Amino acid sequence: MPAWPRTPEAPRNVTLLTALAARQPARSAAPEITSRERPVLRERGQREVFCGLTSIVWLHRKIQDAFFLVVGSRTCAHLLQSAAGVMIFAEPRFATAIMEERDLAGMADANAELDRIVDELLQRRPDIKTLFLVGSCPSEVIKLDLGRAAHRLSTRYAPRLRIVSYSGSGIETTFTQGEDACLAALAAEAPAAPADASPSLLVVGSLPDIVEDQFARLFEALGVPVAFFPARRSDRIPAIGPSTRVLLAQPFLGETLSRLQSRGATWLPAAFPFGAEGTTDWLRAAAEAWGVAPARFQACVAPGRARAERALARHRALLAGKSVFFFPDSQLEPSLARFLTRELGMRALEVGTPYLHRDITAPELAQLAPETVLSEGQDVDLQLARCRSLRPDLTVCGLGLANPLEAEGLATKWSIELVFSPVHGFDQAGDLAGLFARPLKRRELLGAAA
Amino acid sequence: MKLAVWTYEGPPHVGALRVATAMRGLHYVLHAPQGDTYADLLFTMIERRDRRPPVTYTTFQARDLGSDTADLFKAAARDAYDRFQPEAMIVGASCTAELIQDDPGGLARALDLPVPVIALDLPSYQKKESWGAAETFFQLVKSLAGPAPRARAAAVQPACNILGPTALGFRHRDDVIEVTRILERLGVRVNVTAPWGARPQDLARLPDADFNVVLYPEIAGVAAAWLEKTHGLPAVRIQPIGVKATRAFIEEVARLAGVDPAPALDAPGSRSGWWSRSVDSNYLTQKRVFVFGEANRAIAAARVAADEFGFEIVGLGAYNREFAREVRAAAESYGLAALITDDYLEVERAIAEAQPELVLGTQMERHIAKRLCLACAVISAPAHVQDFPARYSPQMGFEGANVLFDTWAHPLVMGLEEHLLAMFRDDFEFNDAAGPSHLHAGAAPPPVAAEPEPAAADAAIVWTAEATAELSKIPFFVRGKARRNTEAFAASQGLSAIRIDTLYDARSHFTR
Repeated sequence: MPAWPRTPEAPRNVTLLTALAARQPARSAAPEITSRERPVLRERGQREVFCGLTSIVWLHRKIQDAFFLVVGSRTCAHLLQSAAGVMIFAEPRFATAIMEERDLAGMADANAELDRIVDELLQRRPDIKTLFLVGSCPSEVIKLDLGRAAHRLSTRYAPRLRIVSYSGSGIETTFTQGEDACLAALAAEAPAAPADASPSLLVVGSLPDIVEDQFARLFEALGVPVAFFPARRSDRIPAIGPSTRVLLAQPFLGETLSRLQSRGATWLPAAFPFGAEGTTDWLRAAAEAWGVAPARFQACVAPGRARAERALARHRALLAGKSVFFFPDSQLEPSLARFLTRELGMRALEVGTPYLHRDITAPELAQLAPETVLSEGQDVDLQLARCRSLRPDLTVCGLGLANPLEAEGLATKWSIELVFSPVHGFDQAGDLAGLFARPLKRRELLGAAA
Repeated sequence: MKLAVWTYEGPPHVGALRVATAMRGLHYVLHAPQGDTYADLLFTMIERRDRRPPVTYTTFQARDLGSDTADLFKAAARDAYDRFQPEAMIVGASCTAELIQDDPGGLARALDLPVPVIALDLPSYQKKESWGAAETFFQLVKSLAGPAPRARAAAVQPACNILGPTALGFRHRDDVIEVTRILERLGVRVNVTAPWGARPQDLARLPDADFNVVLYPEIAGVAAAWLEKTHGLPAVRIQPIGVKATRAFIEEVARLAGVDPAPALDAPGSRSGWWSRSVDSNYLTQKRVFVFGEANRAIAAARVAADEFGFEIVGLGAYNREFAREVRAAAESYGLAALITDDYLEVERAIAEAQPELVLGTQMERHIAKRLCLACAVISAPAHVQDFPARYSPQMGFEGANVLFDTWAHPLVMGLEEHLLAMFRDDFEFNDAAGPSHLHAGAAPPPVAAEPEPAAADAAIVWTAEATAELSKIPFFVRGKARRNTEAFAASQGLSAIRIDTLYDARSHFTR
């Protein structure tokens, strides 16, 4: 296990590999390596990644009556603004309580100041139903206890307002781990499912509404009762208990998963719903848990799967045989590498990920080619050197690296788009492939650099 | 604590990054947690730079705290030196590292690197981006140019330094070119331009010049004052923004250089003066303009708007407090109280209140103007990717004045279009509710606040139906003001109802 401060001991589901072995269809012709055998290149150096605060940019669009108040510094406010592409939303449902010299020098009581800011905020936004107090690097370093602050403010504002705290700090979270920390905190707020409740499916991870609706229709057709977490409105948090079966929609939700498991929920391991195969595998995990007959399953997924395959075929000609190199960003990398290699015929040279959750991504790792290098953590200068020497056809990287690499003649795909766009499910499979194809297509259209 | 939705300035270490990124052969080692690397994208995406900013972040995590963050810093600094072989390094801390007090300056000195290492002390919880850029540039100049005045050889040609342009500056790239051309025409040699394009060894040559040109006082003002005091270099502090200021700038440079200003004053490409005088521009007369941005830029923009384009300044403000005094003085000259704030919501309220026809502002004001359906042009950082155009587009010099005329006049409703708006105001397909045609298709109709509404019940003043109908004939962008003025007038006269006469009495009362 890497030394990772907040992630608890990863859930070790001993039945996982057995379950996988039983469910893996015969389609995998490539030799498989189980995730525990695959070597991982671990690096510690400069990490060119976002911190967890960045996930607020999509979380605040998903939970429509929530407000995210970062307790931090001017840097936090500047990051959110820069990552959000500067003011897409006129008055967003996020803000920063910027700590100043007075707060640090003890001239002002930080807790009293926070209460004052929350009062000010609620006067302006009486419509909000959940307030997230989000910890940052400076608030963690000065040990400002936001959990206690949330408790204190809750007693004042209940039941009008729910107040929840979590940390999105860079010293504890990387990019999408901010969503994990948020959902883990929110899971504690979920009501308990009655002991005699019949099993129900919980899809965990924020998805664009349109994708959520597509999945809801599929589960309905399969006869699987489903709820989504997080819910669009905070007064509709689904109940959780031993009757809950969890299907993760995102691979970066390790802490949320263990929080749900500690409340009795059962996890259904699966590949992630990217592409035709990934989505089929993901839906099958739920169908099998509900004992849906294979014929009915086929009937339900076949039309969507066929649409996805047709859409993917359009991009395969351009992408097949091309090499791809992933810099670490969102933890989606192993899943996307599986999608690109298995479904579009690309070759993954290196798959970098900020944190590798071996159990959660086991179904994906099992399908990666043996020669693909898996790396965890980062030393950005060393990784750039590897990338330059391999000269991949496509490099998936963050915004800080993309233009410099383009200037060196490498085609790049900015990874942040993979998190901001609807990419899950059958009907987005073609769009997902298109995100990778577009930089290559563009180079073709423009010809040699002027 | 201060509640912030959007911010005009980043933290001070981003100012230091702007200086480092503008230079060559300099490397910045920044003690910072992971996540602070987001700052790289400002340069690679917004400014479309083709290389990574010259900065190494230590990117410490929670597990490093209390154990070996100091070692981490030392290793990062040593590796950065080995890898990038800079001519000089700057070292410092971001907001979180400031709290753990590892003393990057002391740690870097202990490494005994064979190049100058300059420690930056940028208090993140007090200061902001512009201040950070000014302080960084000052420390670099002070360390590299040395304390002792040097004897200057009597040169055949007068020489100056151009100080202030940085990465992510609003049109700094093009202003440097434009100002260099003016200096060339005057026969003045540019000794060093800094930080833009300069190497650390160039900063050591700064005292070789005869004087300094301070293009951006918010960045180079402190360094120029030090060069004046220590090395006896006088400074030209006139920003050549607009035709008049450009001429004043040329006269001042010529005076310090002891040359004839005439070659530079004769500028055949200067068109904005004639464009502004031509009859087609009559419609620009006393257009109501709200100006907000970086202080020096805002003062200059207001001056050009008022003196060269004949606009009326209805609001003037700045987000950086370092020049608040100057902004207040400028605002007073227009009979206004300056708005000094970094609270974007306060700026939005002030703009809605002033009901301008044109907003000259930053990227923030562009969004405010879009919401209020007002015309807008960007004049200052912070700026958007679209404010870094591919084409040559300076703000300074005679060509800069041409650019200002085009970019400020074009968003406005043109003269003829204004007449048509009035003529067809009740037309079924061309009316107020359809929104002005110069805004993009689908633009929301003017906000409700600008619509005529009867006075609030508690005001005890009633609008008659006739007066309300008459009010609706006034163009939407001044209607709110007309309504408020009329109500204020009615109240001052002790009237309980507003009739058509009241409306016109009020108008004559307020028209001076």
